Amino acid sequence: MSVISSFLQSLGRAQFFLFSLLLAVPQTLLRPRLLAQQIYSVGVLSLVIVVLSGSFVGMVLALQFYHTLQLFGSPESLGVAVALAVVREFGPVVTALLFAGRAGSALAAEIGLMKATDQLSGMEMMAVDPMRRVVAPRFLAGLISMPLLAFIFSMMAIGVAGGHAIGVSLLGVDAGSYWAGIRESLEFEDIRQAMIKSLVFGLACSWIAVYQGYHAEPTSGGVARATTNTVVISSLAVLALDFVLTALML
Amino acid sequence: MTNDSNSALVRVRGLKFSHGPRVIYDGIDLDIPRGKVTAILGPSGSGKTTLLRLIGGQWRPSAGQIHFDGTDVHAISRSQLFELRKRMGMLFQNGALLTDLSVFENVAFPLREHTALPEALIRDLVLLKLNAVGLRGARDLYPEQLSGGMSRRVALARAVVLDPQLVMYDEPFTGQDPISMGVLMRLIRSLNDALGLTSIVVSHDVQEVMSIADQVYVIAGGKVLGVGEPDTVRHSESPWVQQFLRGEPDGPVPFHYKAAPYADDLLGAGK
Repeated sequence: MSVISSFLQSLGRAQFFLFSLLLAVPQTLLRPRLLAQQIYSVGVLSLVIVVLSGSFVGMVLALQFYHTLQLFGSPESLGVAVALAVVREFGPVVTALLFAGRAGSALAAEIGLMKATDQLSGMEMMAVDPMRRVVAPRFLAGLISMPLLAFIFSMMAIGVAGGHAIGVSLLGVDAGSYWAGIRESLEFEDIRQAMIKSLVFGLACSWIAVYQGYHAEPTSGGVARATTNTVVISSLAVLALDFVLTALML
Repeated sequence: MTNDSNSALVRVRGLKFSHGPRVIYDGIDLDIPRGKVTAILGPSGSGKTTLLRLIGGQWRPSAGQIHFDGTDVHAISRSQLFELRKRMGMLFQNGALLTDLSVFENVAFPLREHTALPEALIRDLVLLKLNAVGLRGARDLYPEQLSGGMSRRVALARAVVLDPQLVMYDEPFTGQDPISMGVLMRLIRSLNDALGLTSIVVSHDVQEVMSIADQVYVIAGGKVLGVGEPDTVRHSESPWVQQFLRGEPDGPVPFHYKAAPYADDLLGAGK
């Protein structure tokens, strides 16, 4: 019982936190340099892992789909299969999981450490609201970066470094039918749904990360717990939200 | 608003504060006079840092009022409180410098956040304050490259960069070698006099603080046990104050933590 009540309590606290975070967002938009710095550290620095993972996921999908499609005698549908799987599911979900591990954990640790070393208190005493100066720019950067990263992930998975490399260059699927299939079957609706998913995942992952960091116990153990919690809770939230969103949108 | 130069800049009345079940303050009164260095002395855990956080409005008392320059710190809105804090500077025990910014940018931080001054003026103001603490040459270093004493001097430059009325020092001498302790002592006194500040120094380094303070409060057990000029407090009749000032191991504050009689323990009668 106490587990449930403490869970509900922290859920309530997190909602209040999100509310004050959203109040601080308009001020953040007035400071584009601060936001750009955070988009760099949250988004641009996540590019390498997203690009590499996208390529590998695309290659694996091409291998698996080719193997199955060949049984049904239609290996030329490989492009469609890879593109739909990537755009609808793998792009948003895997990017969000990578984001939680790479950027979310870093956000939580950074904010948690700033709290533990009195930097947030120091800012408050200098009449600078840490919510506006530290938390909101990081949150907003996560929200903006996630759909862009998912887009890049999908491009890499489908394109010449991913599915195309295996399907066309290695397994000999005709390049024309690979791309034509994608053009015919992939609809704008698929991309719109992927964008919605990415935005929701971006909101969830960034919210969880900054909340965990801001409410970390100001000890080394506390910061470690906040980092772990960020990755675990974000990953579960992404997978659960993916199910809900897919059920609602299909 | 009382701007009478004789009135106290900070006035604390009937202050009560508890940390969970632990009572930190049990109704204390304090007056921090303008233009003076006031020392708050007390043993570790007596809530000295808490007092600074209460004055700065970071924590709320359970009862009582704190007035800063005539304004009740806890009866105003958050935005008014932030305006008030621009007139206070605080030096945290570890400096609380922003680790991602250089020394120069740390000192420039309050100026960049609160003013729209041109870059050239910000540069001049920052170098002026850094020069006052003797670290103009360290402007490009980062906090991890500084010693503990240097960090505190940078934090001091940052605390006074907006020319506040009040500067609060939280344990400024803890863990300092004799030279940097001397430097910090001289800085606290000279900045207070040169800039016309009011200073509150919270510490348990009795002799050092007594030598620079104009007024001393001795606090323990949630009460004010002694108040006055350093000489008055030195000759206080309170046995507790005497034990604290002389650093005697036993007295009103017992050497032994509360325990069953020793003989009982040895004979196995105790647990």
